Amino acid sequence: MSGKPRLTYLNGRGWMESIRWLLAAAGVEFDEVYLETKEEYDKLIKDGFLLFQQVPLVEIDGMKMVQTRAIMSYIAGKYNLHGKDLKERALIDMYVEGISDLMQMILMFPFSPPDAKEKNLESIKERATNRYFPVFEKVLKQHGQDFLVGNKFSWADVQLMEAILAVEEKLPTVLSGFPQLQVFKTKMSSVPTIKKFLQPGSPRKPPPDAHYVETVLKVFKK
Amino acid sequence: MSGKPKLYYFDGRGKMESIRWLLAAAGFEEEFLETRDQYEKLLQGGSLLFQQVPMVEMDGMRMVQTRAILSYIAAKYNLYGKDLKERALIDMYVGGTDDLMGFILMFPFLSVEDKEKQRAVIVQKATSRYFPVYEKVLKDHGQDFLVGNNFSWADVHLLEAILMVEEKKSDVLSGFPQLQAFKARMSSIPTIKKFLEPGSQRKPVPDDKYVETVRRVLCMYYDVKAN
Repeated sequence: MSGKPRLTYLNGRGWMESIRWLLAAAGVEFDEVYLETKEEYDKLIKDGFLLFQQVPLVEIDGMKMVQTRAIMSYIAGKYNLHGKDLKERALIDMYVEGISDLMQMILMFPFSPPDAKEKNLESIKERATNRYFPVFEKVLKQHGQDFLVGNKFSWADVQLMEAILAVEEKLPTVLSGFPQLQVFKTKMSSVPTIKKFLQPGSPRKPPPDAHYVETVLKVFKK
Repeated sequence: MSGKPKLYYFDGRGKMESIRWLLAAAGFEEEFLETRDQYEKLLQGGSLLFQQVPMVEMDGMRMVQTRAILSYIAAKYNLYGKDLKERALIDMYVGGTDDLMGFILMFPFLSVEDKEKQRAVIVQKATSRYFPVYEKVLKDHGQDFLVGNNFSWADVHLLEAILMVEEKKSDVLSGFPQLQAFKARMSSIPTIKKFLEPGSQRKPVPDDKYVETVRRVLCMYYDVKAN
């Protein structure tokens, strides 16, 4: 046993990617187990590993953690990425939850029917540019600091960075109206742990493709 | 200004209800959204960070995002465990009850036909995925509360979920003796008991009027499909 956290999920982004980002940003190495068949998933359930019969599963510090938010909160708390007091934590939580709503739209996108894809892409663009990005653009402009909360690198910065890159993959010019976010993206890219995560060969997963969608549908088939 | 938290939402359960449950002991004020105008005024005033409700004014903040609000309240009132690991357990358990209540949240907005299907889904998820987990937790440690032998957010959230599922199927706890005992114990905690009495700020099961109000104020949720 390596003592490293062990992540069990499919070999792709999904709900686990934000966890990979956070661990990587915290400088924590981790092992991964990839589910490829329904049988492997059923066995995990049968063996009692999955509290609510769902993945992500992260084995960390003697716990078999499930529920993405619970896992990320724990990691953020453990590695001092959750603010210095209750109020900073509240701000980080608000920002992370907002970004998470946007990320969920992107997460679901590969699974939308072909005739809904264009509409859904339009929704992602609308939400990113009218609801979410303006908030963080304003936050950064108002305090003029490098990081979103408390002048210190936190979970909120990692989550925003992930979201910016994910939206840009779909809409390459999406940051054109957001100069603060452009600077933020550059700054985050040069944080050593994030820089490493963005390099080839890191645990970062590529955008979901047809094979990934197929695997999801196969493994979680009822 | 009373110093109590002030909740901005519709006069109904929705996403605010879990917050009302958690604040029941501390007390709170409410401003109910009834018209599109009120909502637009809130938007223009910049009070809604992501243009959404729930919004709770407390401790000098205008908090949005249900999970963030609940986490803050839980920590402030010592309902979040004694350390990071207890907090992790509470977060996991709350994640489960939240997913379960998520199936019920959009129920009022479904067509009559979809409602019947969804009722079956709710009961199936409750009895095969969620209730067995909490039944086992309580059985295994034999304590009154879910985490750390201490009353926490997880207990409040589970009680809320149990009562909501029972509203859809009154005998749903019949295979779960630990949960029956848990429900009885929780219901007799003075602040919870008071919240369960008529005249409290607890909201009733959402009706057509509630659905109409939400649709009118948000101009959304006209064509909701089951998940």
